[in-house]
Amino acid sequence: MFVNQFLFLAAVLFCIGVYGVVARKNAVLMLMSIELILNSVNINLLTFALRNGSPDGHTFALYIIAVAAAEVGVGLGLVLLVYRNKKTISLDDLSEMRG
Amino acid sequence: MIAQNIGFWIIALMMIGAALRVVTTNNVVHAALWLVVVLSGAAGQYILLAAEFVAITQVLVYIGAVMVLFLFGTMLTRARIGAESDLNNSYKKLGIPVGLIMLVAMGLALTDSFGDERLPESATVVSTQEISDQIFGPYLLPFWALSFVLLAAVVGAIVLARKD
Repeated sequence: MFVNQFLFLAAVLFCIGVYGVVARKNAVLMLMSIELILNSVNINLLTFALRNGSPDGHTFALYIIAVAAAEVGVGLGLVLLVYRNKKTISLDDLSEMRG
Repeated sequence: MIAQNIGFWIIALMMIGAALRVVTTNNVVHAALWLVVVLSGAAGQYILLAAEFVAITQVLVYIGAVMVLFLFGTMLTRARIGAESDLNNSYKKLGIPVGLIMLVAMGLALTDSFGDERLPESATVVSTQEISDQIFGPYLLPFWALSFVLLAAVVGAIVLARKD
C-alpha cells in the first residue's frame, strides 16, 4: 500500500468538507461538513503514525475525536439557542454582527 | 497486500460517494445517515492502518454519540422530516472551484513529497497499552487540558440549551 493513497483519500474528503462548509446554509449540515474535515485529518495522522512506526499519531487522533465530540455538543447547543430565539437556523439570516 | 488494497479501494470509493451525498443531499436526516457511512468507512481505514483502538473509539464516539446528537439537533430544530429546498447558499457554485483548487494544490504537494513511497509491509498493530503509555506519559498535560475542555463543553451545552 502506498502512503499516498491514504493521503489522497484524506485530501479528497477534506475538500468535500470545505465545499460543504462553503455551500451549506443550514447550520446542522455545516457542522456535519466540519466532521468530514476532522475525519480526514485523523486519517492523515494515522497514516503517518504507521509510516514512522510511532504511536504518537494515535494519541493525537484520540484527542481530536474527543475535541470533535465537545465541539458538536457546544455547536448543537448554540444551534438550538439560535433556533429558539430566531425560529431559523439558516446562516444567511444571522447577520446581526454585520456592520 | 492485494486483499488490503482491494479493501482500501472499495471502502475509499464508498466513503467518497457518501461524503458527496452528505454535502449535496436535500434532506437533513439523509445527510446524517450518509455521514454514518463515511464514519464507518473511516473506522475501516483505521483498521487497515493498524489502529484498532482508534477504530473502536471512532465507532463508539462518532457513530454512537455524535450521530445521536446530530439527529437530536435535526429533530429539535426542524419540525419537518423530508426533502427541503433551502439548504444551500446562493453562492454555492463558488464552493466547487474552492474545493477543486485546494484538491489540486494538495495533490501536487503530495505527489511531490511522497511519490510512490510505500507503507511498511509488516505493520504490527499498535496495542492499547502503548497508547495508554503515551497518554499517561508524555501527553499527560494535553490529556488534563482535554478533560477540562470536555467538562466546560458539557456545562456550556447545558447552560446554552436550558430554558430560563
